[in-house]
Amino acid sequence: MGSTRLVGENYTTPDLLAKVTGRAKYAEDFRVDGMLFAKLLLSPFPHARVLSVDTTAAEAMPGVRGILRAGELPAPADTVTDLGETIRANPMGERALTDEPVYAGEPVLAVAAIDEETAAAAIEAIRIEWEPLPFVVDPLESLRPDGPNPREQGNSWGRAPSEAGGPPGELVVQSIKWASADWGEVDEGRLPEGDHQTDWSYGDLEAGFRDAALVLDETFSTPNNQHHCLETRTALAYWQNGKLFMHTGTQSAVQTVASISRWMNLDLADVVLITEYTGGGFGSKATGAVSCMIPAMLARKTNQAVMMRITREEEQMIGGLRPAVHGRIKAGFARDGRLLAVDMMTVGESAAYEAQGDAGTSGRIVSLVYQPAAMRMRSTTVLTNTPPRRAQSQPGGFQGIMLMEPVVWKAARELGIDQVAMRRLNAPVGKAQFGPPSGNGTLPHVTSSFLVECLDRGAELFDWPTRVARSGQRNGSTVRGAGVAVSSFVAGSVGFDGLFLITPEGRMIVKSGIGNLGNENVFDVHRVAAEMMGVPWDKVDIHWGDTANHLPWTCVSGGSQTTHAMTRAAHAAATDAIAKAKEIAARTLGGNAAAYRVADERVSDGARSMTLAQVAQQAIRLGGRFDGHELPENINRVTTTAATALAGQGLMGVARDTYPRDGTTFGFAAGFAEVEVDLETGRYKVLDFTAVGDSGTIIHPRNYGGQLLGRSVLGMGHALAQKTVYDQHYGLSLANRFYQNRPPTILDIPRNMQWDAVNLPDPETPVGAKGIGEPPVAAGAMAILNALSAALGDEIYRRAPVTLDTVLMALEHGRPMQEPLTAHI
Amino acid sequence: MHDNAPIPRGGPTNVTRRTFIKGVIAGGVVVSSTAYLFRNGPLSAQAARAGTVERLMTLEVNGQSRRVDVAPNETLANTLRYKLGLTGTKLGCDRAECGACTVLVDDVPRYACSVLTHSVRGRRIQTVEGLAAADGTLHPIQQGIIEEQGFQCAFCMSGFMMATVGFLKKNPNPTREELAHGVSGNLCRCQDYDKILTALERGAQLAREA
Repeated sequence: MGSTRLVGENYTTPDLLAKVTGRAKYAEDFRVDGMLFAKLLLSPFPHARVLSVDTTAAEAMPGVRGILRAGELPAPADTVTDLGETIRANPMGERALTDEPVYAGEPVLAVAAIDEETAAAAIEAIRIEWEPLPFVVDPLESLRPDGPNPREQGNSWGRAPSEAGGPPGELVVQSIKWASADWGEVDEGRLPEGDHQTDWSYGDLEAGFRDAALVLDETFSTPNNQHHCLETRTALAYWQNGKLFMHTGTQSAVQTVASISRWMNLDLADVVLITEYTGGGFGSKATGAVSCMIPAMLARKTNQAVMMRITREEEQMIGGLRPAVHGRIKAGFARDGRLLAVDMMTVGESAAYEAQGDAGTSGRIVSLVYQPAAMRMRSTTVLTNTPPRRAQSQPGGFQGIMLMEPVVWKAARELGIDQVAMRRLNAPVGKAQFGPPSGNGTLPHVTSSFLVECLDRGAELFDWPTRVARSGQRNGSTVRGAGVAVSSFVAGSVGFDGLFLITPEGRMIVKSGIGNLGNENVFDVHRVAAEMMGVPWDKVDIHWGDTANHLPWTCVSGGSQTTHAMTRAAHAAATDAIAKAKEIAARTLGGNAAAYRVADERVSDGARSMTLAQVAQQAIRLGGRFDGHELPENINRVTTTAATALAGQGLMGVARDTYPRDGTTFGFAAGFAEVEVDLETGRYKVLDFTAVGDSGTIIHPRNYGGQLLGRSVLGMGHALAQKTVYDQHYGLSLANRFYQNRPPTILDIPRNMQWDAVNLPDPETPVGAKGIGEPPVAAGAMAILNALSAALGDEIYRRAPVTLDTVLMALEHGRPMQEPLTAHI
Repeated sequence: MHDNAPIPRGGPTNVTRRTFIKGVIAGGVVVSSTAYLFRNGPLSAQAARAGTVERLMTLEVNGQSRRVDVAPNETLANTLRYKLGLTGTKLGCDRAECGACTVLVDDVPRYACSVLTHSVRGRRIQTVEGLAAADGTLHPIQQGIIEEQGFQCAFCMSGFMMATVGFLKKNPNPTREELAHGVSGNLCRCQDYDKILTALERGAQLAREA
């Protein structure tokens, strides 16, 4: 890397001034002349069919400009991958509007009017004849022999039979019921052992349990949970010259153009997305929100701009949820604490639309983080008439850790082993393997794991021995407990493109297709390219958030991919530009290109040198690949379009990340918490928290610390208070606002939290950097719940969140009093 | 506890038992929301009736007198955002739960989503747009955030800043604990509280030094 050191240094991101002055515009902050406002009519039923709609009175109201019905939406287009493979659109998948709502609150139709009051009044004037249909909001109820189905076809996704050697059959909804005999153990609070959709294993499970000194069989349940983005999925749309202009929040600028074009059945070139600022996503806005079609369609219909403001209640319904997972884990431990065998079963809850893979992913993460010698994993995902499930920070991994940590905690206690030592003993090291086995029976492996180092550093920072010594000791009516938890999730993808220009004035213009969620990797990753080019940061301009601005093909910002994927792409583009600059210098000044070096805004071989500005001027004169008139063949067509538009403006760095990678990239974290419980009230307080992450090389330390602790607190919300509540008889949600389903406030967390990073480079990526967003979530949640176990004993909870009544009831009865298997209570 | 008491289940028989959903039901049972509405169009003038409050009023915002036509049921957040173009004040919930819309009314932090504009006639209103000096010099709280890279998505940021500025007028030298209580009516969903508190503390320190 060059002499201008940027990677690993703190700096002020280029969006911060606009944010502190209130000039940063989020979707709802834009205004367009003659802009209409849209309101939604939401289903009052968890499952129903619209038999007829009478809009006569609404249409006659002054100020009403257009009404949009589900039948007017374009059919979703198939997806064609970069490899030319066609993925058929799911005809039963989620759309923006529907005539057969499958959850209470699902949008049925929309009205555009000159203002919101008029649109709302028009909705009140619309008469609908409904046919209520059977529904279910509890996945286990649906699995019972006579259980209701959430859709007429059944309660789970499957595939139609396919021809031998042909492509997989299309997605269909089918019915899964578990026989009466399977349900015996439900009364003991154990997840029934029915037939599952997926079943994988490795190692000798029987031998593992036979050799075990301790076998535990525990059932836990994780909460459903809204993402609670502070900015709802508001969208403003208008059309100009056949192009759709969309203002909305998203996690991924460029990838959201692709999803909007698919939803709207439009060419990529006919979608312009403006998304410079987004008020939170957490997985629920990975590639935008399908509801943004509504203002787009209404704008086309009315020939006016349409703003659709989404209210907090609507966001609770359409914004999506993390899927709950009911899990049962039978685990066998050797006397020294080594995990010999895990037999894990999960039932994941889904909406009646596309299912998330959380129930299955939970087993993969348990396999990686605790390294059992043998493991079997069975899982089933069941559809219900509840809001759409979307990925939420550490999807599946969070639930896996939440199901397994209490088992490991209890085992260490029964075997008399220190909790940190127990996790250290079973931690993945180096290129650790994990399940499920691949097609040829071998286990995949990670690129690197420094989880042991996370535990060691965290134990030191947190002063673990001192806190353990006072753990469980009573002081008046209070008792303290110290907890630790380990966690992991995927942390990087490969194969995306980098694109920048060095201008004839010597500035560096970087095109960033990443969304701006405020975790700053939309800027951070490009510090890599600037450092390699030897360009000082104040001469770097980053263009982001407006896809008319020629942005390259970029990863989805989800699953903590971005820092890894886009530092690789930035590195590839800079490597391309450096090679070109050296060649230009050799051609211009003489000598051998290989002898030249790029540093401090110059290209020099020691004797001869020219500035990058001069190199850029030469690049334009030379044309061809130097200034983007000829482009690499392996870049994405989105990048080709962008680079073509920029050709001739300077020295172009453009390349696809083709660096090799041995293994799958995962990040790791360890969390440490101390709690104080009041035995008389059941109230508990988090006194202290420390998180240490392994994300390879740290690009932007202050941002990293914010992510590490921020995601930890997001996880704590699941431990402390957040959950959904459903009336099972009517299928209606009873927790629809922040105060009913409360995320942590600043008073719920310790005043001073500590963080650190192992900061050892991942060996399988040129910059060494991995993502961090996901692993701290479960580490934060489970450090707290384990600390509660330390204070009060293992038999405290069977589900999260653990509220003060959970604590009081368990103390009074000496066992967990919340049964784990009923959903949404 | 684990007595597996039968849970009422939604099934076809259940549905038909329920009389309230029989037959034709009006569509507007769940209108998307009754709050969060504002009337901005030309029809809104028709709402003015004799005996109601004078709609045209003067608001003192960020040191300027702004003449504005305000409906009787209009919230300060909507007036600021939709009539005066001051979109730095955000709406996160519109029901006084999240604090994203916090502004100062006579130096006191208030949730602008839950203040009727007509109730602040003649009062001094300050929004995030009024924090920096006319020459662009940042307020110490803004400067503290810049220096510490406070906040992530920043949708809550203007509310946090206004709550802090208001709190510091009463307690210019708060402890970290006191400052946390001062902004405890503000929700950050990125949950970046630790870094936020550090940035606001830095801002408070800069304000004392100024």
